[in-house]
Amino acid sequence: MTTVQTSTRPSAAAPPRREARRPSLLRMVRARAVLEIKQFYRSKGQMLLSFSLPLIMYILFSTIFSGDIDGTSVTAGQLYATGMLAMGVAATSFQSLALQVSLERQNGALKRLRGTPMPPTAYFAGKIAVVLVTSLGQAAVLLIVGSAFFHLHLPTGAGPWVNFLWLYALGIAGCSLLGLAFSTLIKGDNGGGPMVVLPFMVVQFISGVFIPFQELPHYLQQVAAVLPLKWLAQGMRSVFLPHAYAANEVTGQWETGRTALVLGAWVVGGLVLCLLTFRWKNRDDG
Amino acid sequence: MPNAVIRARGLAKRYGDAVALRSVDLDVQHGEIFSLLGPNGAGKTTTTEIMEGFRTRDAGELSVLGEDPARAGAAWRGRIGIVLQQAKDFADISVADVVHHFAVYYPNPRDPDEVIDAVGLTEKRASRAAQLSGGQRRRLDVALGILGNPELLFLDEPTTGFDPEVRRRFWELIAELRSSGTTILLTTHYLDEVEYLADRVGVVNGGTVVDVSTPDHLGGRHLAPSTVRWVGPDGPQEQVSSNPTRTVGELARHFGGDVPELTVTRPSLEDVYLQMIGES
Repeated sequence: MTTVQTSTRPSAAAPPRREARRPSLLRMVRARAVLEIKQFYRSKGQMLLSFSLPLIMYILFSTIFSGDIDGTSVTAGQLYATGMLAMGVAATSFQSLALQVSLERQNGALKRLRGTPMPPTAYFAGKIAVVLVTSLGQAAVLLIVGSAFFHLHLPTGAGPWVNFLWLYALGIAGCSLLGLAFSTLIKGDNGGGPMVVLPFMVVQFISGVFIPFQELPHYLQQVAAVLPLKWLAQGMRSVFLPHAYAANEVTGQWETGRTALVLGAWVVGGLVLCLLTFRWKNRDDG
Repeated sequence: MPNAVIRARGLAKRYGDAVALRSVDLDVQHGEIFSLLGPNGAGKTTTTEIMEGFRTRDAGELSVLGEDPARAGAAWRGRIGIVLQQAKDFADISVADVVHHFAVYYPNPRDPDEVIDAVGLTEKRASRAAQLSGGQRRRLDVALGILGNPELLFLDEPTTGFDPEVRRRFWELIAELRSSGTTILLTTHYLDEVEYLADRVGVVNGGTVVDVSTPDHLGGRHLAPSTVRWVGPDGPQEQVSSNPTRTVGELARHFGGDVPELTVTRPSLEDVYLQMIGES
């Protein structure tokens, strides 16, 4: 080699390689979050579904079952607001992440990222950012519509809002991690939709999102009690419904402590599951 | 070899009962374009993916940029660039956004706009990836591969689906990278690509490297008998000769000057390659 080009780039040849700045994790997380949110808002179908589905269901249920829930002073519009809030958290975190990430595994996005110095933490943080933005937006829409048209009373004290925030945080973290882990179960060839949507639908029905939990058969209640959605819905009821409604819960109480415990356990369990099973490549890709 | 960027000895890999790699030995030197040739299923992709850190090996020694890819971390990945086959990710993001985004990951990135320019996508910088043609999409992949200013670049069938003119421009880009010191491992099906770009070529077949040479010398091509063709009074003639100079001299004397429609050909790279993989 006789000629050396020194034009636009520093020669990769020069040993030792010059000391480069280490890219900051914060910067990468921010870049991932921006990219994820951009991607979300540009995939119109996904965005429409995320924002409109809970709202449409809420309006439908509250209109069809107008009036009070049996033997209580709580209206359908009030009860269903809590159910849809819980469902919204699970939909934007568990369902959309499971679908999104399995798609990204198939289309090569994950493999490409794995070949760069990007730390996995930045990827996961970006996913959680998009979930936070979408689910909080969705919650805001539900709360506005609920209080404007369906007699939903927003709590006035700080206490219920503090509960709301930790319920949201734990719910999103746990369901997101579960969604990431679940995405690994979905094999190639775009067949992921039913594998995510169907089980999720069943869980919504047995968790008291559509049907008041106390009206479900005992064994279904017990199955649901293992999963996070039931506790999320119960937690939302404790925030937005009058204290007297607690008498309708299975134990006659809000069980706030147990709710925190179960949701917290799912965060830890989901994290362990993710760390053990998360794959950057298709299974049939070696 | 102190200058080896990749050094592999006895790489082996099996998937269940199927042996993908029996034993692969390979040295890639600093600053060269090394091309891996071989039929589908020969073990090319397995070999490169082990070197890229995507797959684990069952046996053998491997050093890539002085580290074992199976254990190397983010700092090591910052020194390599990978252009994988057929990706369809971030369809809804513009060329400029994607390239600027990926630049954030690297400790020592090239200027994103210069990279976009280098791959000829300046006019498409505002287009979303899904709107690009196949060749443009591939160039975006290449842009992301070279963005981190890699010391070692893996190119896996980079020009599949390119039209001839775009391919030629792409080759020039790759040759420029080499002259600025980047080592390149090129996997391809195209023998003209190997002939144009590769400093050395390794033929992989049956899970092992059957020959390593320059494209000119592969399979003893430079010593192989040549075919001399011309048109005589009775029509086209040909003669296989191990000393074509002498044959042509004799012909010139015979014709007393110009030999009509004279050509001298050695076996093409394709000929030797096909012979090596046992398909001719």
